[in-house]
Amino acid sequence: MRKEIYITDYNCVTPLGFDVSSNWNALLEGKSGVALHKIIENQEPFYASMVDSEKLNEEFNKNFDNQNFTRLEKMFLLSLKPLVEKHQISDETAFILSTTKGNISLLKNQKTLPEGVFLSSLAQKIADFFGFKIKPIVVSNACVSGVMAIAVAKNMIVAGKYKDAFVIAGDEISEFVISGFNSFQAIGTEICKPYDKNRDGINIGEATAAVYITSELNQNEKFSFKVLGDSAINDANHISGPSRTGDGLFASIKNAITEAKVPVGKIDFISAHGTATIYNDEMEAIAFNRMELQNVPLNSMKGYYGHCLGASGLLENIISMESALNNTLIPSKNFEETGTSQPLNIIKENQPAEIKYILKTASGFGGCNAAIVLEKC
Amino acid sequence: MKKTDICTIEHSKIVLNNDIIFETPTENFSDFAKEAYKNLELNYPKFHKMDNLSKLAFLASEMILKDEDHSRTALVFANRSSSLDTDFKYQESINSQENYFPSPAVFVYTLPNICVGEISIKHKLQTENAFFVLDEFDEEFLNNYSEQILQSGKAEKVLCGWVELYQESYNAFVYLLNK
Repeated sequence: MRKEIYITDYNCVTPLGFDVSSNWNALLEGKSGVALHKIIENQEPFYASMVDSEKLNEEFNKNFDNQNFTRLEKMFLLSLKPLVEKHQISDETAFILSTTKGNISLLKNQKTLPEGVFLSSLAQKIADFFGFKIKPIVVSNACVSGVMAIAVAKNMIVAGKYKDAFVIAGDEISEFVISGFNSFQAIGTEICKPYDKNRDGINIGEATAAVYITSELNQNEKFSFKVLGDSAINDANHISGPSRTGDGLFASIKNAITEAKVPVGKIDFISAHGTATIYNDEMEAIAFNRMELQNVPLNSMKGYYGHCLGASGLLENIISMESALNNTLIPSKNFEETGTSQPLNIIKENQPAEIKYILKTASGFGGCNAAIVLEKC
Repeated sequence: MKKTDICTIEHSKIVLNNDIIFETPTENFSDFAKEAYKNLELNYPKFHKMDNLSKLAFLASEMILKDEDHSRTALVFANRSSSLDTDFKYQESINSQENYFPSPAVFVYTLPNICVGEISIKHKLQTENAFFVLDEFDEEFLNNYSEQILQSGKAEKVLCGWVELYQESYNAFVYLLNK
């Protein structure tokens, strides 16, 4: 019989809080982490969702003595610490780190590559700090990295290579990323409005998130979600623009749902990507309609957290699970009027709901898409 | 799983299944790639706008995929330096406030999975894809991950490989796995 794979613990560090409960409470109150920040010298400020560095250092100093870490690494350490304290690291425990750009800000004004910009060094540094015994795996698949990392953990545990896994995802706001998205004219002029008629682009965000994944449940788990199915299909259309037909996302959802053996009609909630660029939101609406998922309650978390690149998928998965545990759907912030050519059932206010089956999706540069189906046990 | 075709690119040489397909004394990667493109009559003008990592991955994949039907072939790639070669060039364009010229055409290549996107576009592969960053080539890991894709029925073959490039140092080892 095929092994069952469970998520039994998680944590996150975001501008809305340094643990899950503070994040959840902020979301219930409709708070957003997005604000104007001066990120590039000599340029106007950008709307972005940024972790307060002073608070981060305070929280870090309370928890750790060693100061030899970058800002992003501190966020990673803080998100992972409560999980490694509760779940033991063995010889068969995988450590999977997902990120889009890692410590890219270390590259500024350098003549050669500093060691810290290598993603495998970043992963090894964190792995060594917590005493992981197996070599870390880094998933760097643009903005679907965080969603894929869960799939990688699931697939490697099913393959019998590991017994359990700690999966982390993180990305930090940098001049590198902001200037790049700005050169694409993809950055919104106000707080982003996913799926709304008046949307005009993304806000960049930053966060780290961590989940514990295992094939063996014990009596102490407070909750568990089964990872039922996953898929990551390329659009094969354009490296920086989403497919107009949503082919890759459609196929990813279809594969994930087929593997999950859940009828489409049973999906209770979709945590979508929703970056608030016209092309992305439109592509998603088309893919969801092709899958006949247009009536399922759906949200985008980007109005609260901005687009946290590789971290967004894992963070949004965590918020989805929290939503299911609290029997509450969170609205897609800033949505007022339909801005896609096809209908979607966008959540407009906090509302009670029974959530058993969750669909999480993401899409990114390089034509990548990813989908994952979770079941609340 | 059977490994059916293997392509390696290093030291200005392209080798497919032990046969040297192309060789040149040119050491510089950009010139090597240009010469290989011409010599192998690849006829895919989009090649010229790619960054060097994509060119490397593309050349190795092209030797194996050719014109056969690969509509059920997944792509699983890895390297050590991610997209740092292009990241470094992009960073140079924003280092100085006086000379600030971020380009979307360069920025888009600051992701390692873009090379997988380029291969997907060329061969219309709407299939499973993954990009990993590892400190060294770990064939066992790539094969284990690929085997899981094959066993789940999400693909029939996997084009797998290591595509490492930073400035003038490069090395590709790409192979096709069958069930």
